Amino acid sequence: MTDKPLNAKDYPTAETRPEQVVGGRGKPLSALTLDAVIAGDVEMEDLRITPQALLQQAQISRSVGRATLAGNLERAAEMTRLPQDEVMAIYEILRPGRAASKETLVEAANRIRAEYDAQQLAAFIEEAAEFYEKRGLFRKRF
Amino acid sequence: MSQSYDANRWKRFDDWDARALRLDKFAVEDPENGFSAFHGAADPKPGLSVKDGRVMAMDGVVAQDFDLIDAFIATYHIDPAIAEEAMAIPSEELARMLVDMNVPRTELTRLARGLTPAKLAEAVAQLNAMEIAFAYSKMRARQTPGNQAHVTNAKDDPLQLAADAAVAVALGFDEIETTMRVARNSWSNALACCVGSAVGRAGTLFQCSSEEAEELEIGMAGFTSYAETVSVYGTESAFIDGDDTPWSKAWLAAAYASRGIKMRCTSGAAAELLMGFHEAKSLLYLEARCLCLQRGMGSQGTQNGGIDGAPLAASVPGGVREILAENLIAVWLDLECASGNDARHSESDMRVAAKVLPYLIGGSDLICSGFGSILKYDNSFNPSSFNGEELEEFLVLQRDFEADGGLTAVEDARALDLRRRAIDALSHVLKDLGLAEATEVMKRSVAVASGSNDTASFAPRDVARISDKIADNGVTVLDVIRSLQRGGFRDEAENLLFLVKLRVSGDYLQTSAVVREGRVISAINDPNEYRGPGTGHRLTEARRKELAAIRDVLDRDEVLRAEAASEMSEAKAIRYQTMGAADPGTDPTEIVVGLSPGFGSRIFRTLAGHKLSAVLRALQSGIERGGGTMRLVRFWHTADTSFLGLSAARLSGSGLGIGIQSKGTAVIHHKDRLPHNNLELFSNAPITTLAHYEEMGFNATVYAKGDLPEPVVVPTKGEALGARFHARVALTYAIETAMTEDDATPEDLEVTFLDPS
Repeated sequence: MTDKPLNAKDYPTAETRPEQVVGGRGKPLSALTLDAVIAGDVEMEDLRITPQALLQQAQISRSVGRATLAGNLERAAEMTRLPQDEVMAIYEILRPGRAASKETLVEAANRIRAEYDAQQLAAFIEEAAEFYEKRGLFRKRF
Repeated sequence: MSQSYDANRWKRFDDWDARALRLDKFAVEDPENGFSAFHGAADPKPGLSVKDGRVMAMDGVVAQDFDLIDAFIATYHIDPAIAEEAMAIPSEELARMLVDMNVPRTELTRLARGLTPAKLAEAVAQLNAMEIAFAYSKMRARQTPGNQAHVTNAKDDPLQLAADAAVAVALGFDEIETTMRVARNSWSNALACCVGSAVGRAGTLFQCSSEEAEELEIGMAGFTSYAETVSVYGTESAFIDGDDTPWSKAWLAAAYASRGIKMRCTSGAAAELLMGFHEAKSLLYLEARCLCLQRGMGSQGTQNGGIDGAPLAASVPGGVREILAENLIAVWLDLECASGNDARHSESDMRVAAKVLPYLIGGSDLICSGFGSILKYDNSFNPSSFNGEELEEFLVLQRDFEADGGLTAVEDARALDLRRRAIDALSHVLKDLGLAEATEVMKRSVAVASGSNDTASFAPRDVARISDKIADNGVTVLDVIRSLQRGGFRDEAENLLFLVKLRVSGDYLQTSAVVREGRVISAINDPNEYRGPGTGHRLTEARRKELAAIRDVLDRDEVLRAEAASEMSEAKAIRYQTMGAADPGTDPTEIVVGLSPGFGSRIFRTLAGHKLSAVLRALQSGIERGGGTMRLVRFWHTADTSFLGLSAARLSGSGLGIGIQSKGTAVIHHKDRLPHNNLELFSNAPITTLAHYEEMGFNATVYAKGDLPEPVVVPTKGEALGARFHARVALTYAIETAMTEDDATPEDLEVTFLDPS
């Protein structure tokens, strides 16, 4: 694999570089066969997208002028490291009125920064906290 | 019929009142109260001030006063590197660029990254409906159009979901969306559609619309491959009322991508109006905000174009044009557009068809989002613009306009095979995984049922148990794949594995991705490159033929086969005998009936289905009632009704003739009249009865005596007879015209009626 960012010519990656497209446990697409599934050699983890794959898709998006989509895919790449419960817990406190104060969000940001090295996501949550405070979102809704 | 002449109202209004259209409620334009498509009372003027790469003011609001939506758009949508250049272009100029085929799409999507919501709205508002439709076609992201189906039913019956999903796949839908009548049935619905959509071919994307957390869990279990329930709104109050913020939705957007699931947002005109938080802004301006927000979040696409608000949007003047306009903003912002044509905006079939036409002929990433592939009452989202009932109308519209709406007709035997296969596959999986046991009766009832009213299958409570077990046992798509294999459904197992493997590469996370023939195609490898005639999406000859291949299409052989069947029965009813050349008659009571060349020899029934023997018998009976005698003459030089009639009249001793074609069109003529100035014409053969032919014969004798009879009126109910018959007429008539011969001598005929009636 080279370090050169991917672009539209590398798309779809499943066709242009099938051996480098791997699942969560490192198995390439070609290993994810029906026979392997039947033999019990494939787990859901093998069907998970990796942060590398998301970052490569982000490179492709950026190469065709879709920087915001790339940004989302980059946040997603970080999010692959967050367990599902954490993803949903943070979603919940980002909803209006769930957090009683800015602190709840800031704590969550610090937590994922420390535990999952989720720098962009942490900054994203902190940014939300600033705007929520400005707009009075830390109010009880139910 | 009651006859009261003292009404104080023109009764045409009663007729209009009775039409389905009048069930639609229309609203007066009222910008102060949010009822305005394009010109809200509080719509801001476009404007943008950027300093050191930061947005200081946007569309009349300074940064410190930004609400959450403004703030998100300013932070994530506006590209400061392009903003100054883009905002400096007058809106009229942008509008012209949108419809100029020489301005590439990519140049416009580049500029859009620097345009504010008010500027985008102001630019598209310059365009009339046709220009918007054209610009949409030019600007949409993926070149190949597609379509999405709803697959739901009123009982949440998994067997029916599987069968209907298999049919939807066969029809060509790129995506299938389900939802539930009962929320806890979501896992069962997901499993059922997932198995059904693996029948026949691989690659149809599937989503199960449910509560956010659960939808994501179902996706994680591998049953679904995309989501479009991430709704956004154009005012802060509506957004908060919808229990989210731009940041919480953006979080969800990343969450789906992080699990390898395709995602698009949803927004549509009038949602804010419906929720009571419109801020006196126009539908279009609020949508422009929604769409900038979605691009900012990094959503690859949007479900947009009225959606649930379409009926309300369509109630205001220009509302349908506004829906088109918001879709145009979506694609201008380079988003995949699943373009609504979803919640039925009208009870009028005409309004519905008119609304879908621009999308059908111009194409769209997903024309409907979705199309009700099931019957209206089975649609758990509410009836769509097009439903199971109207599916064939959509197929015919594709054929009429040679426009690819993404669908292909399915032959009935194949549809039943697919349904049975899907039902068998799912029944096996349910049993094999210890979820439920479907009986033979259940399976058979579902296979043939058009809708859930006709099934004897699982009831919602049974389904809740199935659904709970799936969730509780932690069943995943891998369990289902292995189960399918154990049951001998290897193709389906392969197809399902193919689908779930898509998430590993994430190729289908790119803009406008769908799967065609086992390949991901998207705006990356199938970009819309329309640059005028001959470019962009064009039908291949093979696809054109597919669109043409609807059922029950008439051809010449078909007509001849039908006539051959009638020939046998006519052979038992009548015998024609040629008596030699026909000379002018002298009998003042004779009425010559002039027959066309194929009458009784190649063609044997009228368009109304009357045997020609019965028609001749009726004519004879009428002529004899009037004291005349019928003389039959076969003409060979013409097959035209008027000339048959006039030629007959010229041979007739009374000067009166009747001309009749084998399809039943007839005329009463007089020897001294001009060819097309006949006495009575019976042009509507399909509704001309034997009694009419009898009266025709009688009237000819009255004219022969120099009197004026009451002309025969063949009453019409306004049937579109041309639509019903002209294809057959043209084929039948061509058979007759091919038999004509210039200057051929007419022949006297004698007939013997063989059966007693």
